[in-house]
Amino acid sequence: MSNSKNEKLIVLVEKMPAFPRSVQQVVQLTSDINASAKDIVRVIECDPVMTVKILKSINSSFYGLPHKVTSVQRAVVHIGLNTIKNMALGVAAMGMLNADNKANFNTSSFLLHSLTTASISKMLAERISLSSIECSDCFVAGLLHDFGKVVFAEFMPNEFKLALEKSKEQQLPLHQTELEFIGISHTQAGKMLAEKWDLSETLIDAIAHHHELDLSQNVLRDCVFAANQISKYMQFGDSGNPLIEDFPQSIVARFGQDLPGMCGALGNLESIKTEAQSFINL
Amino acid sequence: MKFKFWGVRGSIPTPGPNTVKYGGNTTCIEIRTDDNDLIIIDAGTGIHALAQNLLKEMPIQAHIFITHTHWDHIQGLPFFIPIFIPNNQITIYGGIDPVTNETINRALSVQLQYSFFPIREAQLNARINYTTVMPGVPVKVGSATITPIVLSHPVLNFGYRIDCDGQSIFFTGDYEPQLNIYDPEDDEYVEFQSFVDAKWNEVVLAMKDVDALIVDSSYTNEEYASKQGWGHGTYDSGIKLATAANAKKLFFTHHEPTRSDASLDAIYQSLLQNHPETGCELLLAQEGVDILL
Repeated sequence: MSNSKNEKLIVLVEKMPAFPRSVQQVVQLTSDINASAKDIVRVIECDPVMTVKILKSINSSFYGLPHKVTSVQRAVVHIGLNTIKNMALGVAAMGMLNADNKANFNTSSFLLHSLTTASISKMLAERISLSSIECSDCFVAGLLHDFGKVVFAEFMPNEFKLALEKSKEQQLPLHQTELEFIGISHTQAGKMLAEKWDLSETLIDAIAHHHELDLSQNVLRDCVFAANQISKYMQFGDSGNPLIEDFPQSIVARFGQDLPGMCGALGNLESIKTEAQSFINL
Repeated sequence: MKFKFWGVRGSIPTPGPNTVKYGGNTTCIEIRTDDNDLIIIDAGTGIHALAQNLLKEMPIQAHIFITHTHWDHIQGLPFFIPIFIPNNQITIYGGIDPVTNETINRALSVQLQYSFFPIREAQLNARINYTTVMPGVPVKVGSATITPIVLSHPVLNFGYRIDCDGQSIFFTGDYEPQLNIYDPEDDEYVEFQSFVDAKWNEVVLAMKDVDALIVDSSYTNEEYASKQGWGHGTYDSGIKLATAANAKKLFFTHHEPTRSDASLDAIYQSLLQNHPETGCELLLAQEGVDILL
C-alpha cells in the first residue's frame, strides 16, 4: 500500500468510533457521580479503540513520560482518572462502531476474540511468572493484536471482504489474502498505526509479528501468539482467520505444552468467554 | 531567590473578617530571581493585587506559568493590568489539554468573550506570547530553570520546580497523590499499586532536596475521608511528600474555602505538635509575606 494511502488510513482511524457496549457504558458511568473508578477503567481497557486512543494521546511527547505507558491503568495513575474518563467520553461522542459493515465482518465476534486473547495472554504471562507490568502489557497486546482487521472492515470493506472470503474458501491464512486484495496485512497495518501512535516497542513487535515468531525474541509476542491460537481452538468469537496454527517448538518450549495440552492446562476457559461476553452484549 | 504568595485560597475567593490573616484570594505566587526576573505561578484572583504592585515597574517582562486551567487558577488573568499596557511583554506557559487538545492561550481567550468580559483579546496592548511546556522539559527564564511534571488532578495539572541561583522551589498546583482504585482482594490491586509506587517515586524525585516545597493541602484526614478523588491533598500527604523529598521548608496552601484564620491556626498548632521531627520547617502559606530563601 502506498505511503499516501497509509497516511489516509491514519487520518481515518482518528475518527474511528468505539464498540457499542463500551460507548453505552462510558456514557452511563460518566453520568453517574458515584460510579466507581475501577468500573470505568474496566470498560475502557476492554475496548481496543478506546485503549488505543488513550495510549496514543498519553504517549505523545506533550506528556513527557520517561517510559511508554502501555496500559489504561498506568495512564490513570499518570494523569488522573477524570482526564482519562473525559478522553473516553470524547471517543464515545464519535458514535458506535457499526456491527454490520460491508465486509460482513462481525465486530462483536471480533471483539470476543480480541478480549479472550487478551485475558488468555495475561494468564499465560502469569503462568510463566512475568512481572505484573508485563502481565498487564500482555493483556493490552492481546487486545490490540488484530486491530488492523477492524480498521480494514471499517475503512476498506470491499477489499477486506474479498480477503475474508478467499481465506475461508481456500483455507489460507487471512494475512496472506489481505496482502493480495488490500496490499497490506492486518499485522503490517497494525504495526504502522502502533508506530504512528508511539506505542511501546514490545507492543509494536507483538502486533507486527504475532504470525511470524522467528523474526524476533519477544515474550509478550509469544504470549499473544499462543493466546490467539487458544482462543481460536476454543472457538471464542471469530477473528476472520479460519486457520489455527500449531505451537511451534519455541512456543512449546516456552510454555511446556502443545496447543491442546495448554487448553487443558489452563482449566476452565469458558469463564473467560462468559466474562468477555458480558462486556460485549448490549 | 525570593517569593511571595498573592493568593492561597482554594476553589473560590473568600473575602471577609475570617480570612484577613491568611488571605482570601485564589492561587498566585510571585517568584523573583536574584536578577529580579519575574516568574508568576498561577493567575488566581491574587494576581490582581500583584498587578497593582507591578504598576510602578512598567514596562515589565512577566513569565506566567499556569499549573492547570481550573477557574481558581486562571480567573485573575483578565485583571492582570499589565496586559492592557503597551511595551509589556507577557509570556503565558502551560500544557496541552489531552481531552480538548487546546493550548494554554485558551485560558485567556475563553474569558475575553463578549458575554463574559468587555474587552476583546485583540484589544490587549501588551505583547502576549503563549508557550506550550512539556513535562520533564526545562524552560529557561533568565537564570532560572523551570521544569514541569504531571501531577494527578481532575484536569491536566503541572507541578513546577524552579531552580535558580543555587536554590529551588517546587509548587504542586492542585494535587491529590493517586490512591489505589482497587480493593486489596481484587486481582488488579498489586499491579496497580506498583504503578502508584512508581509514580510516587517519580514525583518525589522531581521535588528532591528543594528549599521550599509548596503543596496543595486542602483537607484534614477527617475531611479527606469523604473527598477522595476530588483532586486535593491533605496536610499529612504534604508532610509525607516533604519528608520523602527532603524539603527544607514546607508551605501548606490551597486553604479550603470555609477554613477561617482561627481554624487554620488551630490546625497549624496540632501539626506542630503531631509532627515534631519532620526534618523540615512547616509553614502555612499567607498572602503578602515576603519569603527569602
